[in-house]
Amino acid sequence: MANHASEADFRTRLQDLLPKLVLSPTVAAMVVFVYGFIVFTVYLSFTDSKMLPSYDWLGIDNYVKLWGLRAWWTAVTNLAVFATLYIGICTLIGLTLAILLDQKIRGEGVLRPLYLYPMALSFIVTGTAWKWFLDPGLGLQNTMQMWGWESFEFRWIKDRDMAIYTVVIAAVWQTSGFVMAMFLAGLRGIDNEILKAAQIDGASNWSLYRRIVIPLLRPAFLSAVVILAHLAVKSYDLVIALTGGGPGRATELPATFMYSYTFTRNSMGIGAASAVIMLMTIAAVMTPYIYAELKEKK
Amino acid sequence: MSVASQDTAVRTGGFVRATIYLVLIMFALFYLVPFYVMLSNSLKPLAEVTGGNMMAIPQTWTIDAWLAAWSTAQIGVEPTGLKPYFLNSILMVVPAVAISTILGALNGYVLTKWRFRFDNIVFGLLLFSCFIPFQIILIPMARMLGIMGLAGSTPGLVLVHVVYGLGFTTLYFRNYYAAFPTELVRAAQIDGAGFFRIFWRIMLPVSGPIAVVSIIWQFTNIWNDFLFGASFADVDSMPMTVALNNLVNSSTGVKEYNVHFAGAILAALPTLLVYIVAGRYFVRGLMAGSVKG
Repeated sequence: MANHASEADFRTRLQDLLPKLVLSPTVAAMVVFVYGFIVFTVYLSFTDSKMLPSYDWLGIDNYVKLWGLRAWWTAVTNLAVFATLYIGICTLIGLTLAILLDQKIRGEGVLRPLYLYPMALSFIVTGTAWKWFLDPGLGLQNTMQMWGWESFEFRWIKDRDMAIYTVVIAAVWQTSGFVMAMFLAGLRGIDNEILKAAQIDGASNWSLYRRIVIPLLRPAFLSAVVILAHLAVKSYDLVIALTGGGPGRATELPATFMYSYTFTRNSMGIGAASAVIMLMTIAAVMTPYIYAELKEKK
Repeated sequence: MSVASQDTAVRTGGFVRATIYLVLIMFALFYLVPFYVMLSNSLKPLAEVTGGNMMAIPQTWTIDAWLAAWSTAQIGVEPTGLKPYFLNSILMVVPAVAISTILGALNGYVLTKWRFRFDNIVFGLLLFSCFIPFQIILIPMARMLGIMGLAGSTPGLVLVHVVYGLGFTTLYFRNYYAAFPTELVRAAQIDGAGFFRIFWRIMLPVSGPIAVVSIIWQFTNIWNDFLFGASFADVDSMPMTVALNNLVNSSTGVKEYNVHFAGAILAALPTLLVYIVAGRYFVRGLMAGSVKG
């Protein structure tokens, strides 16, 4: 009898333990590969690591050096310009397309996938396509001139001051359809009765959207901005494929800066410091969002 | 979602409607043109590509560029075409997607139906891992793969993609299972069903839709990844995206644009196919991480 009880006891204990056991590989992976690695990179950013990690403590020298580098300032400025325009234009196009598509459009089922398919492509593919499309000798400029508009010029991709805007164009092309889908889902979730009531009160279409619909889309706005901001900071492949960081270093972003300083210029300490700053930027955007998400779910 | 009464009931006149259609069609062209240019130029001989108008349809139709991109184009130093790298990508994507989805399902099950004291913290840490810039883990990951003997190998890439995909897959299944009545799980427990039995008999049969979302999301992300491939793969394990970039941006020889385009479409084909077959789920997957529910 006692034996039987202890066996049952063991079984319940095992059942109690199983969930945690099942979760443990994931927790271990997170502890080592995410948070452990973050700590390691933060540590490296305070050392004199060059080609290989070194453990000689330097203090904040790398950060001082980093913020003294012209290339880093270029990368940070580019990111600011890129992120602002990218988030702004994607949101604007996404919202416009969603509102227009929501007007009982015939052929919505055809149009929606056309807006969205670029999201399925790799940034390398997008970059390859746009690199050609924007090339003055082969792409848009050439086509316009062949079509008889002799004075047409579009050389942004070869222009140090304008090249970063070509990155914006390609990135907007890739993700604005996705933002449209987010807003469209938001619009379809709005109760029609509210709109009908406002129409009966004599609200015009314009004020209907400005006063009622757009404020109701707040959660969609928030999600869109958070996701786009995070994509912007992580942008790497698109720049590599579209401009290679050029002309010169004109389209370098923090992600490409980090890669080249760490792996080709043998300044791992500085590379690590730049990665830490990228992480802090994303954390500043994401942490409040995640915190809100968790609190609401409870 | 497509219930008519939920459409915004704004009344508009004929002129306004015409303008709306015009704007919508202009945007459709904006999204289509780059792809059209790639496709039509991949079917032209090189002379016609460099000498002609990119918007023109081919005068001489040829699939030579496609054949070259697939089996003879110069990638790095080897004239192998993209074929071996396409296979590398498949060998990497299939196990990585399978493992991360299965683990995500189990995690989501534990986090919603077997809650314990710090489960929310665990989930928060997982969620944050979805959004870290991967630059922060590149250096230690390179070292770790070396220590584990997985440097430059496909299993190494699988490991990397599983680890950094777990946050998303767990998130999907957790949010999905959260809506599933816990009472059913408790009732099964009282009937004597154990942890795995409940998962197998009760949770899995209803998991179809979210499994599709998770698989599509992981497949698209891992297939399209460039950073990890460029950082951790060597010639024998190089995925498609890295090979394509090598093909397009190699500085030697004549630039065979038609071959580049054919290669780019080849690299895009698997995810495009998935998107065409299961686009609905693709959209849901994109949004599951952001919009509640």
